[in-house]
Order: sequence, then C-alpha cells, then structure tokens
Amino acid sequence: MTLITPSRPLSALVALSACLLAACGPKEEAAVPAATADAGEATITIRLGHVAPLTGPQAHLGKDNENGARLAIDDLNAEKILIGGKVAKFELLGEDDQADPRQGTTVAQKLADARVHAVIGHLNSGTTIPASRIYHDAGIVQVSPSATNPTYTRQGYKTAFRVFADDVQQGSVLGSFATSKLGAKKIAIIDDRTAYGQGLADEFEKAAKAAGAEVVTREYTTDKETDFAAILTKVKSTKPDLVFYGGMDTQAGPMARQLKTLGISAPMLFGDGACTVEFHKLAGEGAEGHYCSLPGVPLDQMAGGTAFRDRYKAKYNTDIQLYAPYAYDAVRVVAEAMKQVGSTETAKFLPALAALNYPGLSAQIQFDEKGDIKDGAVTLYQAKGGAWSALETMGGKPNN
Amino acid sequence: MDIFIQQIINGLVLGSIYALVALGYTMVYGILGLINFAHGEVVMIGALTALTAIGLLVPSGLPGPVVVLGGLLIAIPVCMTVGFTIERIAYRPLRNAPRLAPLITAIGVSIVLQQLAMIGWGRNYHTFPPLLPAAPHQFLGAAITDLQIIIIATAAALMAALVWLVTRTRLGRAMRATAENPAVARLMGVDVDRVISFTFVLGSALAAVAGVMVAANYSIAHYAMGFMLGLKAFTAAVLGGIGNLGGAMLGGLLLGIIESLAAGYIGDLTGGFLGSHYKDVFAFFVLILVLVFRPSGLMGEKVAERA
Repeated sequence: MTLITPSRPLSALVALSACLLAACGPKEEAAVPAATADAGEATITIRLGHVAPLTGPQAHLGKDNENGARLAIDDLNAEKILIGGKVAKFELLGEDDQADPRQGTTVAQKLADARVHAVIGHLNSGTTIPASRIYHDAGIVQVSPSATNPTYTRQGYKTAFRVFADDVQQGSVLGSFATSKLGAKKIAIIDDRTAYGQGLADEFEKAAKAAGAEVVTREYTTDKETDFAAILTKVKSTKPDLVFYGGMDTQAGPMARQLKTLGISAPMLFGDGACTVEFHKLAGEGAEGHYCSLPGVPLDQMAGGTAFRDRYKAKYNTDIQLYAPYAYDAVRVVAEAMKQVGSTETAKFLPALAALNYPGLSAQIQFDEKGDIKDGAVTLYQAKGGAWSALETMGGKPNN
Repeated sequence: MDIFIQQIINGLVLGSIYALVALGYTMVYGILGLINFAHGEVVMIGALTALTAIGLLVPSGLPGPVVVLGGLLIAIPVCMTVGFTIERIAYRPLRNAPRLAPLITAIGVSIVLQQLAMIGWGRNYHTFPPLLPAAPHQFLGAAITDLQIIIIATAAALMAALVWLVTRTRLGRAMRATAENPAVARLMGVDVDRVISFTFVLGSALAAVAGVMVAANYSIAHYAMGFMLGLKAFTAAVLGGIGNLGGAMLGGLLLGIIESLAAGYIGDLTGGFLGSHYKDVFAFFVLILVLVFRPSGLMGEKVAERA
C-alpha cells in the first residue's frame, strides 16, 4: 500500500499541468483559421493546400508544381486583392503524397481536417482520383493542374476541377498523330499501370485502332522500374514501327536509352508525363527523334509565358519542368472566384469558379459542366538536339 | 530464338549485379548470422559517390572509360568506410544481444543512410553521363553492348577472386573459422573482430562495384535505388542458400534470368492474364517454390545449430 500512496500527489500534479498545457493549445489554434490580425481587421487569411510528390522518383515534378503555385501565392499577396472588403493574405500548405494513392488519401484527410479553403493538386491521376472523394465530402474545392485521367471529373463531384486537357482528348490526338502524321501501322504499347499511364495508353490504343493501326503488343512496367531490357526485347520481336509509352519521364528516359542499346530503330511516342526537361537528361543521346504531346500550347505561345519562365528561373534558379504554369493558373482561378463573390466559403465561390471566364497564363480558362477546361489544345513535340521542339498544336475544340 | 538469347543476355547482366550484391548479404550472414539490411544502401552510396566523382572528372578531358574507372576507384574506399562504420556503430555493440535487436538496427541504419543520401544528393534522379560506347554488337541475333560484356566479365572475375580469397588464403581460413564457431576461432588465435570488420569492408567494396554497374547500365541513380535492389539481392542469396558463396552467385544469376524470361514470356504463357509487370511476382513465386522443397536454398547445407 505504501507503494501507491506517495505517488498520488505527483500524478495529480501531472494531470494539473497537462490541463494547463491543454488549455493553452486550443487558444492558439483558434486564432489560425480566423481572419488575423497584424493590420487590424482588414485582412483575411486564405489557406490553400498543395499536394504533389516531393520525395521519390517524381519529386522534381512535384517541386515544379509547388514552385508554380508558390509563385502565384507571392503574386497574389503582392497584389493585395480584396475579398469581401478585406485584404487577402494567401498561404500555401505544401504536402507530399509520394505519388502513392494511399499516401494521397492520408494527406487529403489531413488537409480536410485542417480546413483549408481549397486544394491545388494532386499531381498524379492515381492520387488525385482517390483524394477527390475526400475533398468532395469535406466540401473543399480541388483544382488539379496536371491529373489527366478522365475519371477525375466524371465521378459527379462538383468540387473537382482541372486546368489541363484530359487523356481522352490527348489520347485521340496522339492516336491520329501516330497514324496519319507518323504513318505508323504496327504499334507497340507500354504503360506503367498507374491511373495516368494505363488510362492514357488505353485511350491511345482506342484511337490508334480506330485509325486502322495494329497494336502488335501491349507490355507493362511500374512507375518505379529502371530495367526495361526484357520488355523491350519482347517489343523488338514484334517489329513495331512506333513504340508508345504511357508513363512519366523517370521511366521514359531510361527506356529510350535502353531502346537504343537494344538496336530498336522505331521512334517512341509519349504523353505529357515524359514531355519534360528531365527526360533529355535521363535519356541522353537516346532522346533524339522521339515524340511527346503536352496539353495546352507551348510556353512561348502563352501570353506572358516567357516572362513567367524568366521569373521562375530567377526565383528558383532552375528551369520549369512541366506543369508549373498550370499550377500557377490553378491558384489564380481559385483566388479569382473568391474575389468575384467576396467570400472564401466553398458554397459561395464554387458556383463562381464553375462559371469563371479568366485569362490565365496557360489559356483562357473556362470550365465545362464536369469541371474540365473548355477548348483544351494539345501540342506535339519532337526531341531535337537535347530539347523538345514544338511541331504543331492540335485540337482546341470544345472538350466534352 | 534470337529473342530468347537476348532475354538470357538481359538476365545475365541483371543477374551479375544481383550476384555481387547478394555476396555481401551472404558473407555477413555466413559469419554473423545477421541480415545486413543496410547493404542495399551501400550499393546506392557507391553509385552516387561514383557519379559525383565522375561529374568532377569529366571536365578533365580524360577518355570516358578512364573517368568511369576513376569514379569506381573513389566509390570503393568510400563504401568500404561506410561498411566498416556500420558494423562498428550499429552491429558490434549488439553482437551478443538477442537476434531481433541487430535486425532492427539494420533496418534503422538502412533508413538513416537513405535519408542522409537524400539530404546530400537531393531527391532527383542523377544521370550517368554517356562516357562508355553504347552502340550494340550483334551476337547470335541479339544485341549486347561493351558495357554489358564488361559487367558480366567483371562480376565473374570478382566472384572468382572472392572464392580464391575465402578458400586459399590465411584470411579466408580465418573467415571460415569464424563462421564455423567464433568462440573457438578466437581461442585458436583468430582476431574475430578484425575478420568481421574485413567481411563488411569486402562486401561493401563489391557493393560499390555493383552500384557503379547499375548506374552505368541503367544510366540513372537516386537515393532510393538501394531498397529494391537490396531486397532482390537478398532474395537471390536466400534462393541460392544464404551463407553460401556459390549459392549467392547462382541465386543472383538465376534470379536475373528468371526475371527477364518472366517479363518476356509471362504474357504469352498466361494468355495475357498476367502482364510483364508481374515479373517480380513470378521471381518471388519461384523463390517460394524453391524454399518449399529446399528450405535452405538451392546450395544451402544443413545449418548446424550454433552453441
């Protein structure tokens, strides 16, 4: 008995101090979501979540998206726009989903619990789609700058938007380019079994078959693989005149290099995921002559595109990889909708966002009834001398 | 047929790399009964160190193969130091602890090394500059590059040298004695601590070579590359019979060839039900089959209970 009694006052003390600490906690937290505070009551803080892979093989793309979004945040804060008569102060909560669907939902729940006003992201279709349900249930607007799988906006969620043409459109443009412009009759298709890679490859296959081409083999890899010798050997045996890969640059680069090593002379065709600066670094000499497509128009043809590139370079001391202009636009459209209705409440600014007609950096942004961008163009590029050079812009018809 | 030969060549290249890494696992296991899960990270450090060194050497204008060799010669001592340090810090203090403790520290060391590499080298993929001739030779209708020939030949030479070292030298005898029974070996005048340190250093040197091979062959390296490679090499070691040098070599080559053939033929064999991305599943399936019928691996002997 004597063993127990002496400890009682101590545990009471511990409990008491815990209460004291706990009492301090909520007071601090309560101050965060509300309109703070330095310059009196005339400011309103808007917290935007941003999700992309910041670690792992696609970290360079995730960082690129986040940089694009941060540039928009900086611009908005410098412009001191008014929302409901108050000066808006934007904050970005950057999260890492590792391009992993499971991590994607965990992070989405974290942002939903933090009650952010809107989410920019995710980068990959595979993470964007499962996360979109969480944002929808929490009543949070989500604008993806880069998820292209059509399913994302076809689940009936009013909160889901994207500022980038989807794979149905990209796949059909790629299919007609492959058959009519490149004259491909026998096509080998490889994909990385992610929602993005598989989705794009399926759409491409449909379009290519419809145009009369034969799909000689369909091979699969993963978004972590670096050894493609075995599947490319299989591809070689089918003697294709074009090899399509649905996936990201981290696989596409080494794949292009190994294609050359195996003595396959057929060119490769990629979607937006491989249409990056990084691809050339990874593929080296093996990059030359291959093709890729990217929704939207080339940066040079965007109004203010070159200025954006210079500002980005000056600020982050690196080149734009891929989606940074779209991430920038995603932030801007959310801010614009909030500004128009003078509210940061989803119920109020969501209709304004859906009806928006905004001159963005990448395009004139208008959403259709699903939340997809209207009139999404797709541009085709060819690798020449260590860079992607634009061949032609196709599409641009209403996307529905 | 030429496709079959090509797949075998692909498998041999991959398998040679697996075998070199598997030797590191199997030597440590043979002597300490410990699975050094940080070994894959040593491979990664070897690859990234070599890449950094090569990046510094390229401007000197030396011929490509000399630059690569220079990178390798810098990576080897770095990895040896890493291997030595791992054993000293993470395993030696736990030498007499229950078996689970060093296993946990091994995983811990693996995570620490990976994170340190991420801080040091960043999260991006690093590319291997095109220093070696990439134009393929034709061999029985299959394509093989100089680099791939070098990889297979170097791996074979290193394995032969290792076998010679273990079976024919004084140090090798000390290693075998320590593996048999450390306490008795110590009584016979073997400096057990030194032998164990040497085993780690030797395994790490092989890991450095393997790391450079991976980076050169696949032209990329990044901080997370060691994990899957380590797991595959460990699998190869178990497949061949962990603790057995010949087993690690056989297991590595076999695993590489199985993977290549699986990726090439699994789609046709299953009528398209399983695609080529199931090659790893197939490789692990073979492992399970082997272990069901030969629990100690293909070349594993019955392991005597240690006193």
